Amino acid sequence: MAKEASLTVSQMTLQEADDRKLASIFSAYTVAATLWLLFATAVGILLAYKFGAPDFGSGAWLTFGRLRPIHTNATFYGWASVALVGLAYYVAARSSRISLYSVKLAWIGLALFNVAALAGTIALDLGYNDGNLEYREWPWPIRLIFLAALVVTAWNLIGTVARRSTEDIYLSNWYTIGGVLWTCIIAVVAILPWYQYGLGQVSVSGYYMHNAVGMWFTPLALGIFYYALPKLLSRPIYSYALGVFAFWTNLVFYPIIGAHHFLFSPLPWWLQTTAIVFSVAMLVPVWGGSANFLLTMRGRLRDLVHSYPLMFIFVGVIGYLIGSTQGTFEAFRSLQEVWHLTNFTVGHSHLTMYGFVTFAIWGGVYALLPLATGKEPGQLGLTLHFWMAVVGGFIYVISLSIGGTIQGLDWMHGLPFIRSVVDMRSYYVWRGVGGLLMFLSHVVFAWNVLRMTYGRAGKAAPLASLPAEEAAA
Amino acid sequence: MNKLVLIVGGSTLIYAVLAVMMGVLPGMELSRTPPGPGVESLTAPQTEGRDVYVANGCSYCHTQQVRPLPQDKVFGRPSAPGDFAYQTPELLGSERTGPDLTNIGVRQPSTVWQYIHLYNPRAVVPESVMPAFDWMFRVVDQAPPGVTPLALPKAYAPGHGVVVPTHDAEVLLAYLLALKQPALPSGADETGSAMPGITGTSGSSPAATTTPAGAPESVAAPGEGYDATKGQALFTANCAACHQATGEGLPGAFPPLKGNAAVNDADATTHIKVVLHGLQGSNVGGIVYSSPMPPFGNILSDTDIANIIDYERRSWGNHGVPVTAQQVAAERARAK
Repeated sequence: MAKEASLTVSQMTLQEADDRKLASIFSAYTVAATLWLLFATAVGILLAYKFGAPDFGSGAWLTFGRLRPIHTNATFYGWASVALVGLAYYVAARSSRISLYSVKLAWIGLALFNVAALAGTIALDLGYNDGNLEYREWPWPIRLIFLAALVVTAWNLIGTVARRSTEDIYLSNWYTIGGVLWTCIIAVVAILPWYQYGLGQVSVSGYYMHNAVGMWFTPLALGIFYYALPKLLSRPIYSYALGVFAFWTNLVFYPIIGAHHFLFSPLPWWLQTTAIVFSVAMLVPVWGGSANFLLTMRGRLRDLVHSYPLMFIFVGVIGYLIGSTQGTFEAFRSLQEVWHLTNFTVGHSHLTMYGFVTFAIWGGVYALLPLATGKEPGQLGLTLHFWMAVVGGFIYVISLSIGGTIQGLDWMHGLPFIRSVVDMRSYYVWRGVGGLLMFLSHVVFAWNVLRMTYGRAGKAAPLASLPAEEAAA
Repeated sequence: MNKLVLIVGGSTLIYAVLAVMMGVLPGMELSRTPPGPGVESLTAPQTEGRDVYVANGCSYCHTQQVRPLPQDKVFGRPSAPGDFAYQTPELLGSERTGPDLTNIGVRQPSTVWQYIHLYNPRAVVPESVMPAFDWMFRVVDQAPPGVTPLALPKAYAPGHGVVVPTHDAEVLLAYLLALKQPALPSGADETGSAMPGITGTSGSSPAATTTPAGAPESVAAPGEGYDATKGQALFTANCAACHQATGEGLPGAFPPLKGNAAVNDADATTHIKVVLHGLQGSNVGGIVYSSPMPPFGNILSDTDIANIIDYERRSWGNHGVPVTAQQVAAERARAK
């Protein structure tokens, strides 16, 4: 008896040590990502301000054209990527009921992600921009560092899931592992130069621009939904089969739609039309996935009131549904005649990267980080973060959507170009108001993260109770 | 384990195939697009200027793609695949916070204007939200020989000394002025267009209206009157950047139209000629202006030009005799 008991104790401590390592990995990724979020959105505020005061912050280092890619790349590769990988590690280990394959690799990956983002930011500010090609502006050697971080992450996630103690591979891991591996391919395609001359590069840009979003952020964010939602509701996902179906349809349809960024351009007509057709086909995985999440919440919407993590995820699901559906409509030639090249596109990208991806991350962090560290954020912090982010994001997207439409109509009516600049003025101001609220909410988020990582242990469920909850997922 | 291989290996394989199909193969095929007639590669300084353009992210606000849509007509003829043969990295862009620059070397060929506008866009376009690139210029006591200092309006000029461009500004300007669309051979509009379905959707082929030799939309219906709103809009879009909304121009840079002899002359021939064919080295009120005025005969119809001329002749206290589209058409015919 005594021997058995001591064995259990040593297993327990071993388990606890693993838990603690996983918690520190998860915490470190979240903290680093949060710092990038603060930086990227502070730059965003400055950029928004420049629309009203173009002479503010002059000089090469603060000029709009250098800060703009710093904002987008820091958001993509500093904030969202790092936060999602941290979550993916936690989900992979927990859902496979095993420790991480390699804690060391996870740390190396984190270092590589941050070195890439830091070097990329500095390079862009010094004017080393790889061609203004959206989301691949970092000089290619820096993008190689990012690729190395992806490879390390893929290896570690696969290693973890391969050693799982469960029979099935939980759906979340399909999405996260798939997403990391596909993104390795995207990164390689983007770097190799041999098929990227003139118009050839335009077609690669179309492919890259959309795949970097839809085959990277989308699957990782969906991976969070599939794990955190059942966990928060203590009930399984509505349909596992529908999740699998959405996985394969997303995989097949998404890579084909990139050229819809270049409708009416000299790209071949067939390429543009194919992109439009598959943009419509994207409704299948989007609506299928969204329905799956919403049906998982069926009859439990009242729970939202009591759970901010659930609220964040709910907004994320709605953001996914509306943002992606909007994307399909934007791909129609008739609507793109009005909206293309206007600020409507900027509204759309924030609806998706913010309303969907960022809210998914926040929901995941609030749902899971306290479980990992045993420390909870305060209710006031959660309330402030949620409402400022929701209201700010709403103002941002609505103002640019209306302003962008007016811009497009001005052009169609043949008004002097400068008229479209003048007509945007008040919408630029409202965008700034929304952006400021969003930024303030990020400051509160940073405070909440601090409490969940370095704060005092609170009332969060003790780690030992985790396996029981796992069954629900 | 098998399940993992299926998900990891299977999905990655599918994705790799799709990435090659949708990214690499179209890229390979289109990279071989031959240059269109008259499309030339850039000179060394122009290439350097393009690098400055990229380093400072100009293409985040300025596209370089003219779509075969009516609203893009003002920027030039629709872009053709052959236009991009020498353009790596591609700078098509995704946003038009500012106007398209595909043909800016034709639309605004004035070095004087371009430099002032780069130094501070609001010096020539008060409503502009474009950043000032004043850090590409320097203030000196006296311009070095052979360098013309910027003719800045007083509000934007430094307290003492003059402003001259640095090397970066010079090469950037060389690049901007090199952005000119070569004319498509006539008849190539239909076959050369990448978008056969679009041509003609708006009633008139957008490509045809910019054919340089033609007199576009010659709808000079007899008795058609002057449209004040349209005249002002056309003036804002085409003339105000230099001559300013006040009609006063910029002292030392662009001549005034207010009180201008040619504008107030009862015989409108000179006025019509200048708008149709442009002007180099004009002498207004005894002052010689070095900045060339681009011709508008290629891009504007007779009616539009008549509207602009009438607007100029009726504004800012001017009292020139109005002209008709027929007079413009006659002048255009005489030049042929």
